[in-house]
Amino acid sequence: MIPVSFDYKRANSVSDAISLLQQHGENAKILAGGHSLVPTMKLRLATPETLIDIGGIMELKYIEDKGDYLAIGSGTTHCMVESSDLIQQKAPGLSQAAAQIGDVQVRNRGTIGGVLAHSDPQADYPGVVLALDATIVAQGSGGERTIAASDYFTGLWETALTEGEILTEIRIPTDSANANSCYLKFPQPASRYPYVGCAVAMSASGGSCSDVRVGLSGVGEFAFRDSGVEDSIRGQTLNESSIASASAKAAQGRSVLSDVFVSEEYRRAMAQVYTKRALTQLS
Amino acid sequence: MGDLIGKSVKRVEDYRLLKGEGKYTDDFNMANQTFAVYVRSPHAHAKLVNVDISAAKAMDGVVNVFTGKDIKDAGIVGSICGWQVDFKNGDTMKEPGHPILAVDKVRHVGDAVALVIAEDKGTARDAAGAVEVTYEVLDAIVDPKAAAQDGAPQIHDDVPNNTIFDWELGNKDETDKAFKNAHHITELSYHNQKLIPNAIEPRAALGHYDISDDKYTLYTTSQNPHLARLIIAAFVLSIPEHKLRVVAPDVGGGFGSKIFTYNDECGVLWASKQIGRPVKWTADRTEAFFTDCHGRDHVTDAKLALDADGNITGLRTKTYASLGAYLSNFSTCVPTYLHGTLMQGAYITPAVHVDVTAVVTNTVPVDALRGAGRPEATYCIERLIETAAREIGMDPAEFRLKNFIPPFDGVKQPGYQTQVALQYDSGNYEGTLKKVLKNAKYEKLKKERDAARADGKLMGIGFSTYVEACGLAPSALVGSLGCRIGLYDAASIRVHPTGKVTIFAGAHSHGQGHDTTFAQIVADEFGIGMDDVNVVHGDTDSVPFGYGTYGSRSISVCGNAIMKSVDKVKEKGARIAAHKLECSPEDLEFENGSWTVKGTEKSVGFGDVSLTAYVPHDYPENEEPGLDFTSFYDPANFVFPFGAHICVVEVDKDTGEVKVVKYFTVDDAGNVINPMIVEGQIHGGLAHGIGQALYEGAVYDDSGQLLNGSMLEYCIPRADNMPLFETDSTVTPCPHNPLGVKGIAEAGTIGSTPAVVNAVIDALSDYGVKDLQMPLAPQRVWAAMQQAK
Ligand SMILES: Cc1cc2nc3c(=O)[nH]c(=O)nc-3n(C[C@H](O)[C@H](O)[C@H](O)COP(=O)(O)OP(=O)(O)OC[C@H]3O[C@@H](n4cnc5c(N)ncnc54)[C@H](O)[C@@H]3O)c2cc1C
Repeated sequence: MIPVSFDYKRANSVSDAISLLQQHGENAKILAGGHSLVPTMKLRLATPETLIDIGGIMELKYIEDKGDYLAIGSGTTHCMVESSDLIQQKAPGLSQAAAQIGDVQVRNRGTIGGVLAHSDPQADYPGVVLALDATIVAQGSGGERTIAASDYFTGLWETALTEGEILTEIRIPTDSANANSCYLKFPQPASRYPYVGCAVAMSASGGSCSDVRVGLSGVGEFAFRDSGVEDSIRGQTLNESSIASASAKAAQGRSVLSDVFVSEEYRRAMAQVYTKRALTQLS
Repeated sequence: MGDLIGKSVKRVEDYRLLKGEGKYTDDFNMANQTFAVYVRSPHAHAKLVNVDISAAKAMDGVVNVFTGKDIKDAGIVGSICGWQVDFKNGDTMKEPGHPILAVDKVRHVGDAVALVIAEDKGTARDAAGAVEVTYEVLDAIVDPKAAAQDGAPQIHDDVPNNTIFDWELGNKDETDKAFKNAHHITELSYHNQKLIPNAIEPRAALGHYDISDDKYTLYTTSQNPHLARLIIAAFVLSIPEHKLRVVAPDVGGGFGSKIFTYNDECGVLWASKQIGRPVKWTADRTEAFFTDCHGRDHVTDAKLALDADGNITGLRTKTYASLGAYLSNFSTCVPTYLHGTLMQGAYITPAVHVDVTAVVTNTVPVDALRGAGRPEATYCIERLIETAAREIGMDPAEFRLKNFIPPFDGVKQPGYQTQVALQYDSGNYEGTLKKVLKNAKYEKLKKERDAARADGKLMGIGFSTYVEACGLAPSALVGSLGCRIGLYDAASIRVHPTGKVTIFAGAHSHGQGHDTTFAQIVADEFGIGMDDVNVVHGDTDSVPFGYGTYGSRSISVCGNAIMKSVDKVKEKGARIAAHKLECSPEDLEFENGSWTVKGTEKSVGFGDVSLTAYVPHDYPENEEPGLDFTSFYDPANFVFPFGAHICVVEVDKDTGEVKVVKYFTVDDAGNVINPMIVEGQIHGGLAHGIGQALYEGAVYDDSGQLLNGSMLEYCIPRADNMPLFETDSTVTPCPHNPLGVKGIAEAGTIGSTPAVVNAVIDALSDYGVKDLQMPLAPQRVWAAMQQAK
């Protein structure tokens, strides 16, 4: 398992990384935690000529309360997200997702920016940032721009990031729904990536659901908000039957991944089971 | 005897191994060393049209590139099969060759086509990518039963219907009669799926031909270095045996997969002579998946006949066993003499007939993997037994107790002659079952299960009461069955002048804890400390001989070779002591490290006698100096451990996930040297067996691609998949070896797989589910529940 030989550059700052990206063009790749990129390089499925390592840029590792939103630097590791008091209070679903990624070694190196930039259909975070209605911040030679999470995931392994852009920050609104969020995961037995991951953020008052956002990871070619479920439960009294009929809508009308190990039928059924469990947990 | 045998002495090897100070094959380096990478076929079945090595050879840092033609031109044929099993009609077994590098055809994904050697690993890997191979892809066959049918793609020119042999054992007429007169017949058809071993350390080799003394050295990941030396020297490379040293240093797990002498390691040694430099090769994880011998892969139809009273009257099986694309060293004995001979199980079944067709398929070769043959036999019997009990409405424990062979100790009562060739040495099957029922509080457990069901939860209880044959094996017996080697073992005990001892053991240790148990035996027998004994194994230049470690044989075969040498040391020691004490050896007794004249205080210590043996100034006449003995121990019979397992599972109704919540074992491996090590072996075995039941299994598509050839898809069980095991034992000593020991390394695997499946079927009984194919992955269990709805 030896990658093709490559050049290695260490970026000292975000602007440094952006100019290195410009300099080395399309054959360069950003290296963050390396826990998705390096395995694919070892299998020679990825053969970048130059790696631009942003792993040492401390200005990308932070979790801050900005009032309306939490700002999380893209270099923040899963371990930091998992153990942050701030995130546990204001967006518990995100820390629950972080805690279920890989093992301790993976969580110590892997970064939230790396996951979102990589956009693996089987990754945990994507459904969560959708449910939390997050905003993604990207920086390129033309400056900074923000992308709503709902516009960010565009296809299998595809995102709204353009060439030369670096994902720098994730913003999580500090609304009441996000404070009442959760993430439940049905792991594939071997890889323990999710067969299905369901994130729900819900505000409820007097036993009925005033607002809700549902994000599904691992189910489709890319993570998606499930409006069918949301529309069904929003405004309803939360009880067994309303939750059952809402979760029965999970992944409806969506194309769903399948292979020899998991059929489409099974994945759909599990999306329903996990949606039901997540809604029940928050009710 | 002293007080060490039977104690849970802490493993002396762990201090070194746990600190990362083990020294594995890849840790060894030689001056001027080169690195090898094999180019492997991406196709399961293809004609090799052309192998163009010109670009690779021209690369900077590439030392040489070899193809199948180079090796064929050198007159080298490749590794061999060590066990001949002929057709029912007497025709000789088909034995297609297995070249080190493919010559005209590739037959499984991972088949080697070229060997690239370079100054460093990276260059070797790059150059391997630059070897241009032209294939003409052929239809592949992966299903063992389909492979034997007319019209299936033929893998080897000289093997029609891909059939290596067909074979039977038992009494066909009696069995037919039993089924004709049966009151009830239970039937199962299943695939005992293909398993991938996945030792933590991948295979590796460091080969060196030294022209100065015309000697070859091979460091390699082997469970049995002497057998590797024999096979390489006598069969593969035609090297004079005394000119080859094989060293198996620390080995990071084997589970059977490192018994075999693979072509890859032979190729490395051959190449080192061609280039005149040492060559190192270490497989990566992908190569481990695609080239380490797999296990199992039996497609079986099985039937059990019962009379009206619930007595078993007959058992019949038909199995198609895949050996993979080529015959690995012991592939042919696994589905036959390690499988058919176990079909009696623990029951007085009066008529048994086993029929096996062994085939080649376009898959990774299959050979012994933890348990080898015996797990397949036990799965068959124990699934049939439990299904039959359910069908006739009898409690599975009660049904077993009714049909068990009654206890026999092999001394007062003779061994039990089975319908399938073997004679069991000693057994008390009801003893282990009764004890495990008590430990598990079976009656209470059943109530809990029923309460859980009433509560809408799925809980199930499953049994397995296995007998297995290990301690391979009496050489003359296996020889008469087609084995081409002996299966005894050897050990030397060298007592040094200061009374310290080195044991040279033929059995290699790669997780079994020999450094501890072997030392325990010797320290105990000589009345000296554990620290006074050292165990050496794994080097053919220092250890006299040995057939290695597999088939749970280390204690029962090598351990008893050690005992023979212990006795020889004691006998000679007594003669020396008698001389010093001016009496005759018969007047002496040896205890706590001293020879004492019976009834007196006059004694001489082990250390004194040792020193005298090496400084023989005042010495018995005609006695040779020194205290150093080698013994060979060829067992009189196999040993037959047995046990009873109870597995308790919960099934998630919504997802089909199975969780093993409780697991009870009562195993009987005869006398035990170190209970802690035995328990560790049971734990590891259980994980393996539970892994087969719930998680593992190679999945091939019709074109012969292995779809789960990585850790991302192939599920190895992890610690959090396991419950806390509640283990216990009974002791029924082996009557035919001096230590009274049996074997325990494979028992956990052999016993557990059917217990888990039986428990899941029990949990699903309300759904009317009678059988499920392994592994019982969530989707499969869920689908069965959906179908029943
Ligand atoms: C054994 C193991 C188990 C795992 N289990 C899980 C799991 O259960 N669930 C899960 O979700 N993930 C899992 N992962 C993946 C893990 O979470 C990775 O860390 C993550 O997917 C990628 O993050 P990284 O920082 O390591 O990114 P890298 O591997 O360094 O990069 C990934 C990709 O993103 C690009 N990139 C990285 N950062 C940026 C950035 N700031 N801007 C633009 N592009 C960028 C890189 O160029 C590369 O293409 C597992 C990984 C391993 C090795």
